Amino acid sequence: MSLPPQGAAPTRRAIYESRLRRRSNLIAAGSTAVIVAAIILLVPLAPGWEAVKKSFFNGSVFARTFPGLLEAFLLDIAIFAWCAPLIAVLGLAIALCRDVRNPVLFPLRAFGALYTDIFRGLPVILVIYLVGFGIPGLGLPRPWNSPYIWGSLALIVVYAAYVAEVIRSGIDSIHQSQRAAAQSLGLSEADTMRYVILPQALRNVVPANMNLFIALQKDVALLSFIGPVEIFRQAGVYKSLMANFTPYVGAALIFLAVTIPATRYADYLMARQRGQR
Amino acid sequence: MSFLDIRGVTKSFGDNRVIRGIDLSVEKGELVCLIGASGSGKSTLLRCINLLEPVDDGEIVLDGIDIAEPGLDPRPVRQRVGMVFQSYNLFPHMTAVQNVMLAPRRVKSRTPAQLEEPVRALFRRFGLESHMDKYPDALSGGQQQRVAIIRALAMEPEILLLDEITSALDPELVGEVLDVLRQLRSDGMTMMLATHEMGFAREVADKVCFLNEGQILESGTPGEIFTAPKHERTRSFLARVL
Amino acid sequence: MKPLSLALAAGLFASVSGAALAAGNACTAGKTLTDGKLTVATGNPAYYPWVADDKPESGKGFESAVAYAIAAEMGFAPGDVQWVRTSFDEAIQPGAKNFDFNMQQFSITPEREEMVDFSLPYYTSAMAVLTTNAAVSNGVEPTVDSLKGVIWGADANTTAVPMLMEIVGPDRDPMLYGDNADVTAAIQAGQIDAALFDLPTALYLAAVLVEDGTVLGQFPADRSDNPDQFGLLMEEGSALKPCVDAAITALTDSGKLAEIEAQWLQEATGVPVID
Ligand SMILES: Nc1ncnc2c1ncn2[C@@H]1O[C@H](COP(=O)(O)OP(=O)(O)OP(=O)(O)O)[C@@H](O)[C@H]1O
Ligand SMILES: [Mg+2]
Repeated sequence: MSLPPQGAAPTRRAIYESRLRRRSNLIAAGSTAVIVAAIILLVPLAPGWEAVKKSFFNGSVFARTFPGLLEAFLLDIAIFAWCAPLIAVLGLAIALCRDVRNPVLFPLRAFGALYTDIFRGLPVILVIYLVGFGIPGLGLPRPWNSPYIWGSLALIVVYAAYVAEVIRSGIDSIHQSQRAAAQSLGLSEADTMRYVILPQALRNVVPANMNLFIALQKDVALLSFIGPVEIFRQAGVYKSLMANFTPYVGAALIFLAVTIPATRYADYLMARQRGQR
Repeated sequence: MSFLDIRGVTKSFGDNRVIRGIDLSVEKGELVCLIGASGSGKSTLLRCINLLEPVDDGEIVLDGIDIAEPGLDPRPVRQRVGMVFQSYNLFPHMTAVQNVMLAPRRVKSRTPAQLEEPVRALFRRFGLESHMDKYPDALSGGQQQRVAIIRALAMEPEILLLDEITSALDPELVGEVLDVLRQLRSDGMTMMLATHEMGFAREVADKVCFLNEGQILESGTPGEIFTAPKHERTRSFLARVL
Repeated sequence: MKPLSLALAAGLFASVSGAALAAGNACTAGKTLTDGKLTVATGNPAYYPWVADDKPESGKGFESAVAYAIAAEMGFAPGDVQWVRTSFDEAIQPGAKNFDFNMQQFSITPEREEMVDFSLPYYTSAMAVLTTNAAVSNGVEPTVDSLKGVIWGADANTTAVPMLMEIVGPDRDPMLYGDNADVTAAIQAGQIDAALFDLPTALYLAAVLVEDGTVLGQFPADRSDNPDQFGLLMEEGSALKPCVDAAITALTDSGKLAEIEAQWLQEATGVPVID
């Protein structure tokens, strides 16, 4: 899309495109308005609406529980904050394992492949149960049997598998000639990776990794299954005490408040990267 | 004994016998041009000398050491043998000067302070001093290729392998890169050059080798090869490219 | 699957046989899900001593026995009682219910009462501390002071959570779980020292599920401002509620309820009280 030079009269194409844009804006706005109006007008006509409203969109329950939910969400953020860097490091390490070329190190390569196959093939919640209850059950003493430690570890090992695959695809996307150029200069394998391949590969996969970390932010809630009272569990407690689902709606809003901006930002990065190509 | 002696080198990719027994010697300060049709094995031969490809058989003796010996650590060899590629292969995430300094810093443990002067001198010499801090995508093809040559030279190699370094360039940019080679030749740099620039080969080469299907069909001075080729194949190749 | 097909079969049966066979008394007529039938919901699974062997149809186990007693009181023969299974969430979700009343140790609370109807209480439970003998030998004592210092767990879907805060007020945030099995797993993994349950559940878990488990003691029901009273859960505004309440009152007055309690929950009487 090229802008006409400043001050110049718009070109024929510019006029055509702006007319087209105006029209599609109108269509989009119109259809959105129709759908929203339909929801607002028709849903309350449904016979069960009063009951649904009372159990899911209950203003007084919302007001009573929202502050507690926000506070519980701090735990989600904390878990995310300590998992994310470890996931990045482990993911990178696994990706590097999978990329070793030296035949002597084949076992490392096989390990990397096995690792990603296993942990990408398992539901996160299963790993959280198995690691979170199983390993402490072996008889570890406090504080080493904490569900925070082992639950986080479960998230870390699973997400590291995904991050490793993303990084590996980034490494694969760097043309062989870059490796050849680095090696022809006498750089070691390690230096080639560190100074030539990885900086390019990692930059290429920033958007993909952003998406993974958005998913992680949501999956942190799964830790509640083994004890920690984060927002999902806190909402469950409120739900149980009040026999009302509104706290879940509150929790959903809090999640969206974080994930929507993050998703938009990842999309923006992705689009910018496409633009650069 | 020559500075570089290639004896009976063979190389296959699967069933594809790309190099089928090559013997070639290069003296210090010589510029040897490899010519031949596409697919004749020019690039592969250069990559073998740089140890980017392991050879199957034969010897490559550099200054008395057989570098083709299986299991030999390639890195010390590559420090002595510089290579420049057709597609420049600059590192796009680094500025020109970072591209040039990376290997001396990592491989020879030089500090940026130590490198500052000699590197600047190289850039100045090849007319790129004002472009040192630019990223590759802000440079023209000819400028990028000159940076790539500087990058190889910064390692102070004893021999420079150049693989069709002008093939990706717009015609008007070819001259500036060939000028660099002329300067290097007058400095006494030993070079092997795979090229389709017959005019240039004729002008500056000490020796021209015609590669055909992985073998050197004939070699000699530019005069011998270009004016009186012995082989029919050489003649028809030259007829096509000249 | 099973409850569904059962309900289907029952529905067919009812429509074929017509009103002639309809059971129930004057109060219940036309107020049950299926005319002449009483549909009772329990948990999935249902635990002892509330339901024996996860088979509510057997009439064995406290809640199962109470359900049949209430049914009889309302004029339903045992054959007219049918069972469905629901989770807690299904019990409270808006929309048509698939049960006439739901019976799985639901505690009556004012907040819940705004959303659903409860019958009069059929049992008032003490709360009890489930722990392991290992924890006891490590110094966990049946005093509130000692219990403040341990790591607590509870089932997030029960009123044990606010009870725990009210009665013990632990120093550290308790761990909460989705069901009894997970609480048990956490005790077994040594991640929590103790968990708060209603007394009969605690006794069962200690005896059967928790290896080396024990009930440290109980907090009598009168210890709390809101003692844990179990009621039958019904749809908000249920027409059946007066009939159920009348039945429970009758059972209480006749001593039948106490009899059933003595039969199924008598172990609960011997547990020491925590001061
Ligand atoms: N890494 C590789 N794997 C498999 N085959 C290869 C590889 N590199 C080169 N070849 C094959 O070796 C043969 C010679 O290739 P080479 O690049 O050496 O030719 P060239 O003389 O440099 O040709 P050009 O003038 O097109 O650059 C070709 O048939 C090519 O397909
Ligand atoms: Mg080539």
